[in-house]
Amino acid sequence: MLKNLRSKLSWLAIMVGGFILINVGVLTGVINTFIENALVTVGINIILAVGLNLIIGFSGQFSLGHAGFMAIGAYATAIVTQNMATPLGFYLAMALGVVIAIVAALIVGVPTLRLRGDYLAIATMGAAEIIRVVINNLKITNGPAGMFNIPPLASWPTVYILMCVTTVVIVNFIHSRAGRAVMAIRDDDIAAESIGINPTKWKLAAFVLGAATAAIGGSLHASYLQTIAPSDFGIMNSISLLIIVVLGGVGSMTGTFVAAIVLGIIDTALQNFGTLRMVIYALALILLMVFKPSGLLGRYELSFGRKRRARKEAASS
Amino acid sequence: MQTMMQQMINGLSLGSIYALLALGYTMVYGIIKLINFAHGDIYMLGAFWGYYAINYLHFGFVGALLSAMVMASLSGVLIEYLAYRPLRNSPRIAALITAIGVSFFLENGMSFLFGANARNFPQVITTKTYYFFGVGISNVQLLILFTSLVLMVLLQFIIKQTTMGKAMRAVAVDPQAAQLVGINPDHVISFTFALGSALAGAAGVMIGLYYNSIDPLMGMVPGIKAFVAAVVGGIGSVPGAAVGGFLIGLLETGVQAIGLSAYKDAAVYLVLILMLVVLPAGLFGKRQREKV
Repeated sequence: MLKNLRSKLSWLAIMVGGFILINVGVLTGVINTFIENALVTVGINIILAVGLNLIIGFSGQFSLGHAGFMAIGAYATAIVTQNMATPLGFYLAMALGVVIAIVAALIVGVPTLRLRGDYLAIATMGAAEIIRVVINNLKITNGPAGMFNIPPLASWPTVYILMCVTTVVIVNFIHSRAGRAVMAIRDDDIAAESIGINPTKWKLAAFVLGAATAAIGGSLHASYLQTIAPSDFGIMNSISLLIIVVLGGVGSMTGTFVAAIVLGIIDTALQNFGTLRMVIYALALILLMVFKPSGLLGRYELSFGRKRRARKEAASS
Repeated sequence: MQTMMQQMINGLSLGSIYALLALGYTMVYGIIKLINFAHGDIYMLGAFWGYYAINYLHFGFVGALLSAMVMASLSGVLIEYLAYRPLRNSPRIAALITAIGVSFFLENGMSFLFGANARNFPQVITTKTYYFFGVGISNVQLLILFTSLVLMVLLQFIIKQTTMGKAMRAVAVDPQAAQLVGINPDHVISFTFALGSALAGAAGVMIGLYYNSIDPLMGMVPGIKAFVAAVVGGIGSVPGAAVGGFLIGLLETGVQAIGLSAYKDAAVYLVLILMLVVLPAGLFGKRQREKV
């Protein structure tokens, strides 16, 4: 416990430091509403992409249905907070969204996680589309027009803190026995099964945890933007999350952070280009993939514990 | 009974378009294991070429169809050469993201160059509807069915009877072994892209004629549905893709006919998931045993 204390404190310092930095920026006016908006979008994308990276990078399940679980969280929040516009209502709504997303992930996951690779991707994409079509046709979700005037209960500190919390939970999951089991299944499911790891159970665990974080992301999205529509949660949205994960490096949480921030910057910088923006974005994506197929960081992770160990070894030898 | 027959005919016309697209997906997937997300956009390019060829070059239907097939296969080969070939030995997920990037590029590039709004496709063939026992079938529908069937038979002939087709099947089974017997996989893969894209281009011109409206994003949803059709038929299997396409077309019009048109997309995906769970290899796919 004490051994890791210093690296844990380093992480805490980074989180608090980032918070103070943004706070100073907002107070001095360096961060205006426009930049704050961009930052919050990056934060929400990080929450979603970290969950997706757990599913794709660490448990090796190729999911293309993340936006479906995000939609569940967003709509749960929208419906509950419209009737109960208090912070308590917001957190209750978020919890409700997470629970529904977990149930949906179990329903989707139990039959489909037997599939592999591209088949699983297509099946999860189909499941997410079914969720979207159902939302599109329900009365309570206001159909294709979507919901507006959702009470603004999530400000940037909420997004920032939840981003830190979800990341810490998922990184701890990866570094626990569960995470090692999940990675063993990714590398060789038959070998993992032969040493007593139940592949279905652990794959499902990772999938459900990823879906739960997606619901949290969706919840924040709904509350911050105040308007949502079924078309916000289509295949293209799942794909743009996938792009963050792959661009950063499949199986690298640090990479996910870097990619979300880089894409956020590209997106903001190209804001004035209109249609050309997506053309440049697409070209940048193709070129990055052609010249750096393993993503920006590959499987590299920023780790204070490892650096310290490396220094100690260098000193002792 | 009459409405049912009518829906059958509509479903078959739509299904043959899906089938043509699904053939391209299934061939490319069979040979390099890549979901070519840009395939639906090749179909869009074919439709746009048809639009300009008819309006400005004053081509007839056959001319537009054939030239669109040539243009589409050229763009397919070019895309493969520039975007997919450098990633031949990379992780498959990187190739997939590249395919998505190409798809974004084509959609937005076309929106940027030609505007994003829908336009009317020139009606080179005046629609006439024939009635048999109260069931209407238009000449455009007949043309779509006839052309797709001819193209499918032609494709089956190329794959089964020609040397290039034999090489395609060889590379699909084992690229290394194919190389040992003197097949250049790069040529074969280019040829596969050319064939698949030509079919997509033809489908684009015909859908323009059928629905009378084209826009730069028209390839997205049919592309995904055609992929579903390819999976349902058994990916990598050519007859499977054709049958899958017709099935998806019939299912869609069937769901519409019973008054659930809002749920037609959901029905397609539900069938996909059920299919994958019950019969993961598809209707015509080969089951692969797992080896330890």
